[in-house]
Amino acid sequence: MRGFLGIDVGSVSTNLVVTDERGDIVNYIYIRTKGQPIVAVKDGMRQLALEISDDVELAGVGTTGSARYLSGVMVGADIVKNEITAHAVAASHVVPQVRTVLEIGGQDSKIILLRDGIVVDFAMNTVCAAGTGSFLDHQAARLGIPIEEFGDYALKSSASCQIAGRCSVFAESDMIHKQQMGYRMEDIIYGLCQALVRNYLNNLAKGKDLLAPIVFQGGVAANAGMKKAFEDALQAEVTIPKHYHVMGALGAALLARASVRDKATNFKGFEVADIDYQTRSFHCKGCENNCEIVKIQVAGKAIACWGGRCGKWDVQTPEEAESLLQGAGV
Amino acid sequence: MKITFPRMGKLDMVLSDLFNRSGIDYIVPPQTSAKTLQLGLRYSPEFACLPLKITIGNFIEALEQGADTLLMAGGVGPCRFGYYAEIQRCVLEDAGYKFDMIVLEPPAAGWKLFVDTLKLLAPGKSVYQIWRLVRVSFKKARMMDELEKYTLKYRCYELHQGDSTRAYKKALAIIDAAYSEAEIDAVCEEAFAVLEGVEKDMERDVLKMGIIGEFFILLEPFINFDVEEWLGNMGVSLDRSVYVTDWISPSTKNPIMGISDEEIAQAAKPYLNHFVGGEGLPSVGHSVIYGCEGFDGILHLFPFTCMPDTIAKSILPQVSRDFDIPSISFVIDEQTGRAGTLTRLEAFLDLLNSKKTHKRTGATAEFALSK
Repeated sequence: MRGFLGIDVGSVSTNLVVTDERGDIVNYIYIRTKGQPIVAVKDGMRQLALEISDDVELAGVGTTGSARYLSGVMVGADIVKNEITAHAVAASHVVPQVRTVLEIGGQDSKIILLRDGIVVDFAMNTVCAAGTGSFLDHQAARLGIPIEEFGDYALKSSASCQIAGRCSVFAESDMIHKQQMGYRMEDIIYGLCQALVRNYLNNLAKGKDLLAPIVFQGGVAANAGMKKAFEDALQAEVTIPKHYHVMGALGAALLARASVRDKATNFKGFEVADIDYQTRSFHCKGCENNCEIVKIQVAGKAIACWGGRCGKWDVQTPEEAESLLQGAGV
Repeated sequence: MKITFPRMGKLDMVLSDLFNRSGIDYIVPPQTSAKTLQLGLRYSPEFACLPLKITIGNFIEALEQGADTLLMAGGVGPCRFGYYAEIQRCVLEDAGYKFDMIVLEPPAAGWKLFVDTLKLLAPGKSVYQIWRLVRVSFKKARMMDELEKYTLKYRCYELHQGDSTRAYKKALAIIDAAYSEAEIDAVCEEAFAVLEGVEKDMERDVLKMGIIGEFFILLEPFINFDVEEWLGNMGVSLDRSVYVTDWISPSTKNPIMGISDEEIAQAAKPYLNHFVGGEGLPSVGHSVIYGCEGFDGILHLFPFTCMPDTIAKSILPQVSRDFDIPSISFVIDEQTGRAGTLTRLEAFLDLLNSKKTHKRTGATAEFALSK
């Protein structure tokens, strides 16, 4: 059977998804990135090699997320796509009629509007990061509540408590203040969810038509309090897909499936889990821009570079990278 | 007197030409870089817009190389740019620098003021002589703008990445070396031949995108993350709403775009019917024009806290809906990251591509995007 691999390396989690030809998920791996994308991808590949059924032959690989280029070079991706597009593709695959996608991950929040399966508008948080998963994670840890139970606390709230959510730092100090005043924990947590939803809608959704069906995905969709807060604010039902936490990887797999229709895959095989990758950075002296260039090496040989503003370092092959590096004397 | 000025796109080439011709001693500040920004940030008020911070950095770098006179443009209208020369004077004096400052107020602030400043710049010359000097430099500047316009439009068709940029630099150097009006006329064809000589694949399927927004952010590639070159490499044919000469002489005509200020105001009228300072009104007008002309998308760039373009940004979604032309706005300051900006822009290109492919073939997003 032909399978397609999608890898989404984000700030908090690294996800790998294998789909069959129809685009249904047959395997998925969800691990923490812990700030080490190379280690996370290698671990993920190692786990996947153990779990994947022997009769699956990987015919295409796609990567997405903030480490999409890095992971793309490591595994030999057929397609490297930004996370906004990957999430949109996955959402419209799972819920074909979807018109609004709310996505909240570790670092980023996105809103994507689709009409007839085509993205017509999107926004991704730029000015403020409040409302992201890491913040909820941090609050759960601070209150000593396991993140998995955090949402259930919110559901037990009977009277919500107003939290100032413009900025995470102030949201936290407002929460502390309310705790010291004696508010119930459940009400504070639901108040926090509402503040994050308010912040999300004000930051990203201003002036946009949020039409149903609405899909809520990304790690934060696990939080039942956030789902309820969205439903309260939007006065509409919000659907959470079964694999809400690996939708980016699913999107990458679907894009990989489409991209290898008429060509063979570049996939390097599961051996990539055992290769030793090193990364080094240096300043390019080619012009006044002084760009910081990153190079990825295997056994002392460069396999890829990026980071320049002029396009000079956006090379296609390891040979090109090596000759450019020699030319620049680094 | 050793005069210097802020950098902005090719403005340095235009002004050097003028100063060479009028025999004025000058220093071109080093190309705007991370160091320029650091210097500017050290002394600027935090809530000023990025152009102020960068130009203060330019001035400091030039002063440290021996400049003693700063030339800065003034301005009229609700945008605070008109007051920036005064702020720069205060900030730099507080920082301990010694210099004179010449503020070139636009003719809209009064012709006499404008002429008096020109005389200050070129002592001993008559108004007629100054006008002739300016005319030649201006002609040269327009030529350079035409070269840039061509490059923006056709970079996406080049067969070998980087050829257009190299050719553009070569063509600029050819024009730059010309001295008199006759010489400029003579080398014009040669310069364009260099650009036309770039091997292109005109069959290529490209997106057409219009760029609007605040002029400094648009014209200075260091600040806008060289977004034009990046977009060209991604296969986008670009049309920018403002060039250096449009900015130098904005009062009557917009010669590079071929659209006059009245036409732009007319186009913007259903959405915004009065001047709001800066490029606010032109940004709206140009987005309407791009919409009418069937462009695939609009990119809007402006500095954080810029009032005129914030007004334009709030109007843009309506224009997008009315003309079915997607738009994306980026608010830029020293906190803006390049990777984040390009990720969003990449997603925007996916949106434009899938819209275009869907219209033509009915393909789903997944297949439209898998290129």
